[in-house]
Amino acid sequence: MNGIRIPILKIGNVLIASIQIALHDSTAIQFKNDLLEKIHETKARGVIIDLTALDVVDSFIGRMIADIAAMSGLMGTRVILTGLQPAVAITLVELGLELPRVLTALNLEKGLELMRRQSEEEETEDVTAE
Amino acid sequence: MLQQSKVTTVQSDLDIVAARSMARDIAKVLGFRAIDQARIATAVSELARNILLYAGTGEVIARSIDRNGRKGIEVEFRDQGPGISDIDQVMQDGYTTSRGMGMGLPGARRLMDDFEIQSQVGVGTTIVCRKWC
Repeated sequence: MNGIRIPILKIGNVLIASIQIALHDSTAIQFKNDLLEKIHETKARGVIIDLTALDVVDSFIGRMIADIAAMSGLMGTRVILTGLQPAVAITLVELGLELPRVLTALNLEKGLELMRRQSEEEETEDVTAE
Repeated sequence: MLQQSKVTTVQSDLDIVAARSMARDIAKVLGFRAIDQARIATAVSELARNILLYAGTGEVIARSIDRNGRKGIEVEFRDQGPGISDIDQVMQDGYTTSRGMGMGLPGARRLMDDFEIQSQVGVGTTIVCRKWC
């Protein structure tokens, strides 16, 4: 296809992908596959997908994001979406795509914070379980 | 007033992005706010994808319009695909015949102000939608 790939960065046990371009369907599908492979490869505990630069999220991209969250969840990895623009949030809801079960945060910083908090809670739970 | 009209031929998923950028540019020139620009771009994305999914190829024509001094954008989607036999059915939320989620047509209608659909089985489908400034 057009061969553009979204870079996926690893910081600690978290993967971060920032989408900076208008997503074509083929780029989006490639990204989904790359991300799931990277999760498997790195055993990341969480993924943050930053959408700050996206000014349109249509039902195809919205569904892809929901799929990524569901599939990552099956692999034991949490997905947090960050930086959704107000216009994007409004159109997603009006379109009928509310992305239930997908965690979101205002920006990348808050996303990382949320990820850290959730991991800590899990660890506490693990300890209590023992 | 100056009538601006632009066409994108839809043949691949790359053209979906091209069609919505074209519509957004016209909306921007007309002075639509960011939220309405996103609504228009998203509706165009949904409807252009329908052309690709169901007809394989078609055209998206976007133009600025002026009706009795009221300005807006009009986007027309034309294809010579299989057509729609039951328009009421496809306009229902949740209805889908492909791998979509059934929010293409009703979703796009909610995002725009006017929405007109004409379709004939075996001949094709034309959708005209408008958003007023």
